Amino acid sequence: MKKLIIFLTLTGMMGAMPVVSQASPEDDLKAWRSYFKKRFPDVKFDEFSNGLYALPGAEDRRTEWEEIMEFPPYELELEEGKKFWDANKLGTCFKNGGRGIAHKYPYWNGKEVRTIELDINACLKKKGKKPIKDLKKGKMAQVVAYMKSMSRDKRVKVDVSSAGAKAAYEKGKKFYWARRGQLNFSCAHCHVDKAGQFIGGNILSAGLGHGVGFPAYRSKWGGLGTLHRRYGGCNKQVRAKPLKPQSETYRALELYETYMASDLPLTAPSQRF
Amino acid sequence: MASFATKIKVKQSGGTALVLTLVKHPMETGQRVDKKTKQKIPAHYIQKMTFEVSGKQVAEANLGPAVSKDPLVGVQVKNAKKGDKVKVSWTDNKGNRGSAEETVQ
Repeated sequence: MKKLIIFLTLTGMMGAMPVVSQASPEDDLKAWRSYFKKRFPDVKFDEFSNGLYALPGAEDRRTEWEEIMEFPPYELELEEGKKFWDANKLGTCFKNGGRGIAHKYPYWNGKEVRTIELDINACLKKKGKKPIKDLKKGKMAQVVAYMKSMSRDKRVKVDVSSAGAKAAYEKGKKFYWARRGQLNFSCAHCHVDKAGQFIGGNILSAGLGHGVGFPAYRSKWGGLGTLHRRYGGCNKQVRAKPLKPQSETYRALELYETYMASDLPLTAPSQRF
Repeated sequence: MASFATKIKVKQSGGTALVLTLVKHPMETGQRVDKKTKQKIPAHYIQKMTFEVSGKQVAEANLGPAVSKDPLVGVQVKNAKKGDKVKVSWTDNKGNRGSAEETVQ
C-alpha cells in the first residue's frame, strides 16, 4: 500500500511538472567532468586526450605507446594526405587555408551538423572533382588527419549555442546513453560506468576525450581510420548494426562527444592499439 | 607501382644514436592468394638494408618475407657525433631501391 502511495505521489509530481527541465549542455559538461575527475583522481585533465593510455592500469601499454610514438606509423599516410591536400588546393575552401580551425569541428551550419569529412567532399565537388567515396579509411582518413594535424594541440571548442545545434546535441546524447544491439549496451555502459576496466584483454577508454585523437592509426586496422569507422566498429562489438559513416546520427554523436571533450587538446592523428 | 617512401629519424643520447627507419613497402610473402583472381600474389619484400655513418657502413640487415608490411627497422650506433650523416639504403627482391639520409643532431 505504502509503495502504491509513493508511486502515485511520484506520478502525480511528474504530472504536475510536465516540462522535465532538460539539463543544458553546460550542466552536462560539468557533471561529466566531475564524474571523471572523481573516478580518476590521479589523471590530469589534458591527459584524457591520450585515450586509454592516460588511465591507471595501462602503464605497460603507455610505455609501448610512447615508443611507437617516437616514429609514429601514421607519418607516411600523413604525407599522402598532405600531397592530396596540396594537389587539390583544398586550403582555398577553408578559412585561413585550413590551418588552426579543426578544433571547431563539427559545427552547425543552420541546416545540419558539418564535419571535416563533409566539408572536404563539398570542396572537391565545388572544384569539379570527384568526392571521396570511402569515408572510413584511405584517402579521406589521410586528408582529415592532415587537416587536423595543422590544428594539433589546439583546444576543442565546439559551439552548441544555437537551437539546431542543441537539438543535434540532444540527439547525439540520446544515442550515447541508449541501449542497443544484442548485448543491450549503450556507449555509456562501457565508457562511463566501466571506463578503465578490462574487457577481455583490453582496457576500456574513458568517454572523456573520445574523438580528439581521430583519425587514428590503429594497429588492428594497419592504417588510419576515421572516427565514424570506429563508431561502426564499436556498434558491431555490441552486436548492433553499424550506421553509415557521416550519417546524421553519427554526426550528432560526434557533436555530442566532441562537445564533451571541450578544452582538451587535439592529438589527431594518433595511434591506438 | 606504388612509391616506396623511406623515412629516417636519428635520436642522439650520450654518444649513442638510435637510427629508426620506416619504409612503405608491401612486404608480400608470396603465400597470400588474391581473393578475386585466386592467383598467388607474387613475393615482394626487402632483402637487404644497410646503414652508413659518414660513408662508412656500420650495420647491415637481411630482411625477408617474415617481416611485416611497412617495416620499422632500428639500429643503435656508437660514437655518433653531431653533424655525422646517417644514410640508410635498401633493395628488394624485384630490384627496387630506396634510401634516406639524416644528420645527427
